[in-house]
Amino acid sequence: MNKIRNAIYEIHHMDDMATKDQWVRHLHPLAKLFVTFFYIFTLVSFSKYDFGGVLGMGIYLLIMFCVADISLKRAARQMRIILLLTIMVGIANPFLDHQVVTKIGGFVITGGMVSMITLMLKGIYAVLASYFLIVTTSIEQICYGLQCLHLPKPFLTMILLIYRYMIVLLKEAERISLSYEMRAPGQKGIHWKVWGSLAGQLLLRSIDRAQVVYESMLLRGYDGTFQLRMKKKKTSTSVLYALIWILIFFFYRRIPVFWLIGQMMGV
Amino acid sequence: MHMADALVSPAVAGTMYVCSAAAMTYSMKKVHLEVDTKKVPVMGVMGAFVFAAQMINFSIPGTGSSGHLCGGMMLSAILGPFAGFLTMIGVLLVQCLLFADGGLLALGANIWNMAFYGCFIGGMVIWRFMMKRSMSKKKIAIASILGCVLTLQLGAFSVTLETLASKITELPFAVFVGTMQPIHLAIGLVEGLITTAVLCFIYDARPELLWMYEEKEDGKLSYKGTVGVLAGAAVVIGGLFSLAASSNPDGLEWSMKKVSGSTELASSGIFYQIAHKIQAFTAILPDYSFKGSEAAAGTSFSGIIGGVIVAVVCLAVCFLIRFFKKGKVKNCE
Repeated sequence: MNKIRNAIYEIHHMDDMATKDQWVRHLHPLAKLFVTFFYIFTLVSFSKYDFGGVLGMGIYLLIMFCVADISLKRAARQMRIILLLTIMVGIANPFLDHQVVTKIGGFVITGGMVSMITLMLKGIYAVLASYFLIVTTSIEQICYGLQCLHLPKPFLTMILLIYRYMIVLLKEAERISLSYEMRAPGQKGIHWKVWGSLAGQLLLRSIDRAQVVYESMLLRGYDGTFQLRMKKKKTSTSVLYALIWILIFFFYRRIPVFWLIGQMMGV
Repeated sequence: MHMADALVSPAVAGTMYVCSAAAMTYSMKKVHLEVDTKKVPVMGVMGAFVFAAQMINFSIPGTGSSGHLCGGMMLSAILGPFAGFLTMIGVLLVQCLLFADGGLLALGANIWNMAFYGCFIGGMVIWRFMMKRSMSKKKIAIASILGCVLTLQLGAFSVTLETLASKITELPFAVFVGTMQPIHLAIGLVEGLITTAVLCFIYDARPELLWMYEEKEDGKLSYKGTVGVLAGAAVVIGGLFSLAASSNPDGLEWSMKKVSGSTELASSGIFYQIAHKIQAFTAILPDYSFKGSEAAAGTSFSGIIGGVIVAVVCLAVCFLIRFFKKGKVKNCE
């Protein structure tokens, strides 16, 4: 049940964060979406041995997290979900790739070690970049951005409904789980004998709710789509924001900045 | 099985986005969301249900661990494969944008691995094939377990291929596949059992909610069955029972015989002669027999032929009426 409660709390927290009155939050969602997408695209395009290049990509995150006043500690929680598969994939690299890359004080660093650390760093940065996007942009704004990309309106309406009713149904699932736990103390999870009836009841209630939702939407003049609008539009700032970051990522990817700095310092 | 951004290269991510977008466009065309506005809220609430239900832990007997519901298969069994696929995209998008569960760049790959196989292979192929004729709890169980296991195996295999194509890991193909497939076989089995339990409950409580469920009333025949029975009856009655037909005059003939002493009236004049000649020429089976023969086979043959001709004429009249009706509707528009 803690899982459900945490999920509800996270959703509310994200909503609160996204509605803060700050210039980053008022940027056009498409600008933030494009920058995040291009950032991740540039990040994963680095070679698996290019640890320096990947490390430098963290500067964007440092700047934006400071500007938007986002807690890194809370963001780190998000990483546990996806890091498992990344670790599983990368953990074998040090055992299979023995090619010596460098030596630091007698300690041999192999290609496998570098590729594993680079992979994990890529995973962490990508999650942090997505986290920055979601805490500075509400789901309505993201849907508005997707609407600008001409995604079908009914599809976007469906996404908004999933988001809205997710909280309602999560609360319902929490109530069901709590009632079950109180009747079956000390038991981990739901017993197999009631798998069908427990989730089935939730499903039937959801379908009935969908009918009520549809009828109430019709009464409020629903014609198949929701009208998505943004309160504050900062078009010129948004364009500038997107342009600057995309150019930085592009040139950073083309020019090995760290290598050049090393050359200048004579390393 | 949500893939992170770090596990895919830009080329693989782009390819998977294109594949998933193609499947999404096709589904949008099939579902007609712009016309069927009722489907949108149902899909939205069902997507929210899958999300909420996946948060509930179902304990696996004897293992101490727990599993959760298989979203793609469940949605396909209720909404159908196309609407189910679109709903799953919505769920994955919300998971990605709200919980950072699965990467933004890897979203195309995640849609393919989890929604495409679940809805198109699990729903459109397995569920559809199993429920083609009728629906039963046994069939629901087989379809759910087979669907979940197979789609999860395909999904896990795709993850392996996508990761290897991205050149992320040093793991050899065989080792990677050998690690991924057995884990997902166990997960698939558990998810299949949970999905079976839920779908069987729905089948008991509200079967009309399930995709491809058709209510059959006792003794009610299908259209094809009705036509078949009627055709069979026509052949038996026309071809067999006609042999036992009475040779006595019918009601009119009987009355005429009583009045005039003969069952047929004597007719004279040019028009009667012309009409008689035309009838003699067109009647291929005069008096329900072959020409110039009194054989019983002629009576049977004429019974069958008569039935066929009447059926053809009736069908032709029906088609003509429908044709004129369509014309009228078009004129009104």
